[in-house]
Amino acid sequence: MFDYEKYLRLEMFPHIWCPGCGDGIVMKSLLRAIDRVGLQKDEICMVSGIGCSSRLPGYVDFNTLHTTHGRPLAFATGVKLAKPALTVIVVTGDGDALAIGGNHFIHAARRNIDLTVLLFNNATYGMTGGQLAPTTPTGKIASTARDGSIDPPFDACKLAIAAGATYVARATSYHSQQLDRLIEGGIKHKGFSLIEVLENCNTYYGRPNKISLVELLEWEKDNTVNIKAAERMTPEQLQGKIITGLLYQAGRPEYVAGYEQHIARVQAKAGVAA
Amino acid sequence: MSKQMQGRQIKLLQGNEACADAAIAAGCRFFAGYPISPSSEIAEHLSVLLPRVGGKFIQMEDEIAAMGAILGAAMTGAKVMTATSGPGYSLKQENIGYAVMAEIPCVIVDVMRGGPSTGLPTSPAQSDVMQARWGTHGDHPAVALAPASVREIYEETIRAFNISERYRIPVSLLIDEIIAHMRERLVVPDPSQIVLWQRPRPTVPPEQYLPFGDTATGVPPMADFGTGYRYHVTGLYHDARGLPKDTPEIVDSAIRRLMRKIELGMAEIQKYEEVGLLDAAVGVVAYGSSARSAKAAIRMARARGISVGLLRPVTLWPFPENAVRGLADRVKHIIVPEMNLGQLVLEVERVVAGRCPVHRVNRVTGEPIPPGDILAKIEELAKA
Repeated sequence: MFDYEKYLRLEMFPHIWCPGCGDGIVMKSLLRAIDRVGLQKDEICMVSGIGCSSRLPGYVDFNTLHTTHGRPLAFATGVKLAKPALTVIVVTGDGDALAIGGNHFIHAARRNIDLTVLLFNNATYGMTGGQLAPTTPTGKIASTARDGSIDPPFDACKLAIAAGATYVARATSYHSQQLDRLIEGGIKHKGFSLIEVLENCNTYYGRPNKISLVELLEWEKDNTVNIKAAERMTPEQLQGKIITGLLYQAGRPEYVAGYEQHIARVQAKAGVAA
Repeated sequence: MSKQMQGRQIKLLQGNEACADAAIAAGCRFFAGYPISPSSEIAEHLSVLLPRVGGKFIQMEDEIAAMGAILGAAMTGAKVMTATSGPGYSLKQENIGYAVMAEIPCVIVDVMRGGPSTGLPTSPAQSDVMQARWGTHGDHPAVALAPASVREIYEETIRAFNISERYRIPVSLLIDEIIAHMRERLVVPDPSQIVLWQRPRPTVPPEQYLPFGDTATGVPPMADFGTGYRYHVTGLYHDARGLPKDTPEIVDSAIRRLMRKIELGMAEIQKYEEVGLLDAAVGVVAYGSSARSAKAAIRMARARGISVGLLRPVTLWPFPENAVRGLADRVKHIIVPEMNLGQLVLEVERVVAGRCPVHRVNRVTGEPIPPGDILAKIEELAKA
């Protein structure tokens, strides 16, 4: 049995998440992944924005920074650049990362700065009561789209790859063992890592759309295909399916390492003893 | 440009350059910014200076990100700064409020330009005095300093770092464009002569550490991330351990402590200059470049036999209430010249509270206030 309590601030419980929420499943996966990487608690800085999932850092015993809405990547960039020895993990939601924080998301990916971003995608704004998110599927009901959304949703992984991220993975809260491995890989990867987790908000997404918690979880199972399995499937079989797994990995200079080299270069040029 | 003379370094420096130099002297090792006139020279200079001393400069994707990045860096123990101008200062306000709430030391330079909106990108104004006080939402303490010369930019930049560190509070340096782009002689102090304050750090083991606990000064010690003191930082109301709590008792004591720590520090945060006030019948209250115009006007008035003096706040926030009240008790009239339509004057009027009439001299055309404008008001009042 995995010892979760070693990593938790027990006095913070009970947590704020609704019964059936995916956030707790993902948090446990994150803790198992951190344990597998073998990091000390002091070595980890966890940064989040605003939203249900962004409350996660309050529950875990690391150096934790719960910032402003949409800005965790900006704060995390400062932490990592100022103290590269810290392993910086960003916990963010789909609204936090892709709407209000979209600019920071693409630029952190562009820099390929060594951050691991765990993006909780529940297709809604849960904390504020189920408003339309940049990830809400077209046609679904939201509290600001009562007759169904007409907005097309974002694909966070495609966006990250296009912007320059060098480790891009997608998982679901249903496939938690796969999620463990993908988070572990993201932490170990030197560069900008994105792990998008499809999870549910049964309270504010499921209920108005008349989808039960069980159906939401089954959807995660039935509508996703692992990238390796997808290789053996026909385009017809893959119709409407979402690909999970490690979607993209590349080697490209990492920002903080590049900055350290820059310092060495200018100091040598200026005759400063390093 | 620079030469050694009698052990001191004499430089001819632009205000923005002096600000960058002083930041390095103050121990700033992290700067994040975004290009904006008329502050960009500060970022440009620090992009060169910081890597040379092993520090970090990063140009972020926007003003909000620059503010966020310095706060993240400050959590690791670094002294941090950003620089901007009116529109960027507006964008940073939410994260400035976060810095107040989470008690993260940082310096924000705002080289003021004419507003509102894009306004006058390269023309001077003193438009952000009230933004510096009330720009972020909610009750909060604010510290803002307004230098009036290149030399004073150097001194006040260092003081901004010192206050921000000792009190764990964001400090705004309000420079008007005239001072920022002016070149003046600066005698650079020897590093051994510069007094630097550090943020209080914990002296107890991690298990006893209270990152947001009350102390005699109201300022709790601040541990650097990654040094064994694992704790939570949030913009939510929180208890002494930093954990989110919103009971009425915790909320009340938290916000009152934030206010109290600055009230307790008032004596060393306050700074103002008094010129010729002993025999003055008219007092001018002015800051930044308007104070330079005021000084010229006062010289001219005195040459004409009018007894007039100057009270020049260098610290605008917290407002020097006692000094202004004392002035109001001594003079018959107070004049407040500002390159806005009346911002600090509102505070002067509040404090004077009818002790004497308060008169305004305002200009919002993107031009400095000519000494003649202030002189005309002085002469008008002297005749009355």
